[in-house]
Amino acid sequence: MLGLGFGVGLVYLLCILSALLCIFYGLVNWNRGDEPVKTEDIEWVEDEEKAEEVL
Amino acid sequence: MHKVLLVLVVIVGVFLWAEPALAQEAAAGAAAEGMHINLSQTITVIVYLMILGYLGYLGYRRSKTAEDYLLAGRNVHPYVMALSYGATFISTSAIVGFGGVAGMVGMSLLWLTFLNIFVGIFIAFVFLGGPTRRMGHHLGAHTFPELLGKRYNSRFIQVFAGVIIFLLMPVYAGAVLLGGVKFLSVSFGMSLNQGILLLSVIIALYVVAGGLRGVMYTDAFQGSVMFVGMVVLLVFAYVKAGGFISAHKALAALQNSPAGGGLVGYAAMPTFGSKWWWIVISSMVLGVGIGVLAQPQLAVRFMTVRSKKELNRACAIGGLFILSMTGGAFTVGALSNVYFQKTAGKVAFDYVNGNIGTIIPTFIDQAMPKWFGLLFLLALLAAAMSTLSSQFHVMGTSIGRDVYERGIRRKVASDRLTRLITQAGVALAIVFTVVLTWQYAKNPKEPIIASATSIFFALCASTFLPTFLLGLFWRRMNRAAAISSMLAGFLMTAFWLTFMQVKPASALRICGWLFEKKSLVAKMPWPVVDAIILALPLSFIVAFVVALVTKPMSKEHLDNCYSTVSG
Repeated sequence: MLGLGFGVGLVYLLCILSALLCIFYGLVNWNRGDEPVKTEDIEWVEDEEKAEEVL
Repeated sequence: MHKVLLVLVVIVGVFLWAEPALAQEAAAGAAAEGMHINLSQTITVIVYLMILGYLGYLGYRRSKTAEDYLLAGRNVHPYVMALSYGATFISTSAIVGFGGVAGMVGMSLLWLTFLNIFVGIFIAFVFLGGPTRRMGHHLGAHTFPELLGKRYNSRFIQVFAGVIIFLLMPVYAGAVLLGGVKFLSVSFGMSLNQGILLLSVIIALYVVAGGLRGVMYTDAFQGSVMFVGMVVLLVFAYVKAGGFISAHKALAALQNSPAGGGLVGYAAMPTFGSKWWWIVISSMVLGVGIGVLAQPQLAVRFMTVRSKKELNRACAIGGLFILSMTGGAFTVGALSNVYFQKTAGKVAFDYVNGNIGTIIPTFIDQAMPKWFGLLFLLALLAAAMSTLSSQFHVMGTSIGRDVYERGIRRKVASDRLTRLITQAGVALAIVFTVVLTWQYAKNPKEPIIASATSIFFALCASTFLPTFLLGLFWRRMNRAAAISSMLAGFLMTAFWLTFMQVKPASALRICGWLFEKKSLVAKMPWPVVDAIILALPLSFIVAFVVALVTKPMSKEHLDNCYSTVSG
């Protein structure tokens, strides 16, 4: 398979197919999943900034 | 500024104590065989640094407050988002360490690339990212141990996880650092000691001077350089090996060196059940491929995205990026055998005298134009910086926020002490990492970068994965089950590494000291089977059994954890 042994040829294709799966999923859901910013999100980021200052 | 000086003095002190010859090396270093950068290469470096500086300034200027950060999220291009992830997660360990292993064992390591993409990107981004972010924000958790601790309402879990991460993440950080050092030593002719000293000083400056969190734009730029560089490298490797199918056929015609142990060629899987089959599949592929789901810095990164939309978009770009980076590095590592065989009559392992970590740097140094090698080196070092800075960040917060604040601190203690302990924790972690790297460098003929990375990933998976996964999706999962699962996974892994798996057991020397044996088991394949094969299933079984025979946590607590965790 592709000049490679079966196990390696198989995974060579699986790598490409899994990357295509990620690309397909990402493109199909490109504009989905937007969420309104909640108070807890803002508080979380503010707290994160405080923690950063400690460092 | 005094903190920077303190860390630098400690690092230099450790080196001078550990390696008296270093002073002599340093004196002769500049005149060594490397260090011959011409004008065009100097200009390349300066332009690169100027772009980095400008992008860093741009990122800093664009997000100053919490609201800015959240709103700016709308304007951040998904390409920038995904590439910044990539530059953080793909480091010198993957490219130099695992790429070198691919140069020795062949393309069977592509199974790790498959898991990197399918598990590390697709499953992580599609199924874990959103719930982790929502639960983290809802519970006000900022570290991975804190997320677990709040989900299970357990101080012990947070402190235990914090201690494990603080003490053991240097094992992985040292591997990342050594990967960068190997590249420096090949490209600039530095000795390993000089490389370790130089890189650790740069990292200390970068981290202590305030670069703990990589700025998104600079990370994305570095990710882009790595991405383009790896694609160019991959194309060159194929061209120099005679073309796509011809390269594979030429590779298939070569015999591994060293031979034996089940290696039957660079284009074939090791013999099923052989020593190398177990090392490749159990340690390299499963250990790292699954362990990525329980990486503390990955979970923290999910919490910093603004919405699921960013994760969806990053999935597309991340899949392509990882295919190029790890798939590219492993393929180039394997194909370098064809190149070295053609040009020097030796396969890669023999050409580099068994120094596996130098296979990829040597191939780039010899087969590619010098300017390309320099640019790739800069991007790679930058990637190492991104990964290391996020690791030191996690180690610092583990000791300051998780262990001290949650485990030790009482109301009388001051914030100032928390700050001091966190900073001391970061400094200690850097020094510990440097010492470990120096130890690693003493065994150039072992695949130490890949092995150390695998050990840490497998340890995280066995200790944290059931608690993390079941905590996100299963209301029945409770505190007793989480503690039992974490202890079972950790102790089983520690036992296996100390007494059963021959390489780590030999390195730790406890088994030899107690029993005068390298491993308590001699019958193959047990001495080469990775701990994750036994410890992860055990950890899951313990979690399920204990959760089912003990009382669930209170409805109020679970409602608080899950009220926003759906879909």
